[in-house]
Amino acid sequence: MLTEEEIKEITEEIKQYPYPSVACIDALKIIQHHRGWVSDESVKDIAQLLNISNEEVDSVATFYSRIYRKPVGRNVILICDSVSCMVMGYESLYEYISKKLGISFGCTTSDGRFTLLPISCLGDCDNAPAMMINYDHFNRLSIEMIDELLARYK
Amino acid sequence: MERPLTKHIKPGSDAYNLEDYRQAGGYVSLRKALKNMEPGEVTNLVKASNLLGRGGAGFPTGIKWSLVPVEGDRSKPKYLICNADEMEPGTFKDRYLLEGNPHQLIEGMIISAYAIQAEKAYIFLRWAYKKAEAGLRKAIDEAYRAGYLGKNILGSDFNLDLYVHSSAGRYICGEETALLNSLEGKRAVPRTKPPFPAISGLFGRPTVVNNVETLSWISHLVENGADWFKGLSMTATGGTKLFGVSGKVKNPGIWELPLGITVRELLEEHAGGMTSGYKFRGALPGGASTDFLIEEHLDVKMDFSTVAAAGSRLGTGTMIILDDKTCPVAFIHNVEKFFALESCGWCTPCREGLPWVEKMLASIEEGTGKMEYIDLLNFNAKYFGPGNTFCAHAPGAAEPLQSGLKYFHDDFVKHIDEKKCPWR
Repeated sequence: MLTEEEIKEITEEIKQYPYPSVACIDALKIIQHHRGWVSDESVKDIAQLLNISNEEVDSVATFYSRIYRKPVGRNVILICDSVSCMVMGYESLYEYISKKLGISFGCTTSDGRFTLLPISCLGDCDNAPAMMINYDHFNRLSIEMIDELLARYK
Repeated sequence: MERPLTKHIKPGSDAYNLEDYRQAGGYVSLRKALKNMEPGEVTNLVKASNLLGRGGAGFPTGIKWSLVPVEGDRSKPKYLICNADEMEPGTFKDRYLLEGNPHQLIEGMIISAYAIQAEKAYIFLRWAYKKAEAGLRKAIDEAYRAGYLGKNILGSDFNLDLYVHSSAGRYICGEETALLNSLEGKRAVPRTKPPFPAISGLFGRPTVVNNVETLSWISHLVENGADWFKGLSMTATGGTKLFGVSGKVKNPGIWELPLGITVRELLEEHAGGMTSGYKFRGALPGGASTDFLIEEHLDVKMDFSTVAAAGSRLGTGTMIILDDKTCPVAFIHNVEKFFALESCGWCTPCREGLPWVEKMLASIEEGTGKMEYIDLLNFNAKYFGPGNTFCAHAPGAAEPLQSGLKYFHDDFVKHIDEKKCPWR
C-alpha cells in the first residue's frame, strides 16, 4: 500500500499534466526514493492511482535503467564502462572493486552495503575513468583511491 | 578569437548566477526580442544565420522552427523542449554549458519559445547530471522572480512556464520522438515520422526539440545578428563549436573553437598531442556513433560538410582517440555493446542485429572468431543503415563498425588467425 506521503507527492505531479498516466515515471521515482526499489505490489498501487494497467506500469518500470525492480544495497556503485573510460582503464578499477567486495556487476554484497552496476557514459570523458556512488561523481580514478572512497559509504 | 558560449564559464566554480549574467549583458536580448521583434522575425534571423543543430544531426534550426504552424489560439498549446539528455559515449559538452551558464540556456529558450509561440517548455535532463540539475533549478527560480518567466514576461503579452524533467536513464531518450514518449510517461521508443514533432509532438501538439548548445546560441544571435555568427567560423557554416577530446592525450578537455579548425590542430594544439609512449591510430570525431577518421584525415576541417566528405560525421564534435596500445577490436566491441544494450527493441535490425554483432565481436576479441564473421559484420552494418529502422540508433551503431572493419581489417584478421587478441 502506498503511504499518504507517497500518494500526495504523486498527486502533485499528476496536476501538472493533461492526464494522470503521464506521471508514471515520476511515480516510479517517488516510490523508489522512499523504498529504494519498486516491488510488484508498488507497480499495482501505481497502476491503480494512475488508472492504467499493471502491465503498462511494469513496461515503463522495466524499460528505464534507473528504476530498480529488485532490491539494491544501501549504496549503489555505478562504474562507467563506455569507450573513453575503457581506453583510460575502467576494467582494472572494476576488477579491483569486484574482488574487494566479492561481487560482480549486477550483484549486492551479503551485508546489503553495496550494489555494483555498470553505467553508460557519465559525460566525464576528459576526466576518465569515472564512476558514481549514489549521486556523487568521482573521476580521474585510480586503484589507490578506491579503498578510501568506499570507506565513506556505510 | 571570440568564444561567445563559454567566455563566462569558469570550470570548477559555481554556475554563473543571475546578477553576474545580467552584468555581462544577459537578458538584454530577451527584452530586445519581446519589444522590437515579431516572433516570425526571430525565426527569420535564426534561418538567416543558418545555425545548424548542435546535438549531432546538424539540421538547420530556423527551418525546424518554421515548420511549426502559426496559430493564434492559445487554448491549443505548443511546446519547446531542450534536449539535455547527453549520453553519447565520449560526449561531455552540454554538461559544460549546463553547469557553467544555465541562464544563457534559459534566455535562449525563452526567446525560442517566443519565436514559435510556445507557452510551455521542458528541459529533458540526463538523471546523472545532478550538479547541472541543481544549477538549473536555482536559475529557473531566479528567472521567475525577475519576471523573465511566468505571465506577461517583461510587460509583454507573452507567457512561458519552464520545467526541468530529470530522466530515468536510457540513451534512446535523446532521440527526439523517443524523448516525447518519455516525457509523456511511456517507454522511450521512437515514433514514426511523419508526422514530424513540429506538427504533432508532445501530447499531439506542435513541438520543437533543440539541443542545449543550439539553444544557448539564440540570445547571441539576437544581440549580434546573422552576419556576426557567420563570421565566427572559418567555413561556410556559421559559428563556433564546442569541441572535446578524450583518450590517451596529454590534455583531454573541451574548447570552444571556430568551425573549420583541423583535426590536427584540435589534437595537437589543444589536447596537447598524444600521451608519451602512445601513438594515434584513429578517432571517432563526434561521439560513438560516428565513423572513424585515421591518420590520413588529420588535416580534415572540423565542420559538418567537410567531415561528411571524409566519410564520417561531425556529430557532437567530441572526439574519442584510439591509440596504438588499445585493441581496435576491443574498442569497437565496447561501442557496439553500448548500442546493443541501449537499443529500445522497437524494430528488428536494431533489436536482433546489434546483439548478434556484439557477440561476434566478443568472440573475435576472445580468439574464437571465424573469418566469415567479418562478412557477417559488414552485412549487419549495411542493414543497420538509414531507411531500415525507425530511428538513427542502429545507423549510428553502423558507423564505427563499418569504418572500423575497413581501417582495421588487418587487426581483425590477426585476431582470427592467431586465435587471440594481440594486445593481451
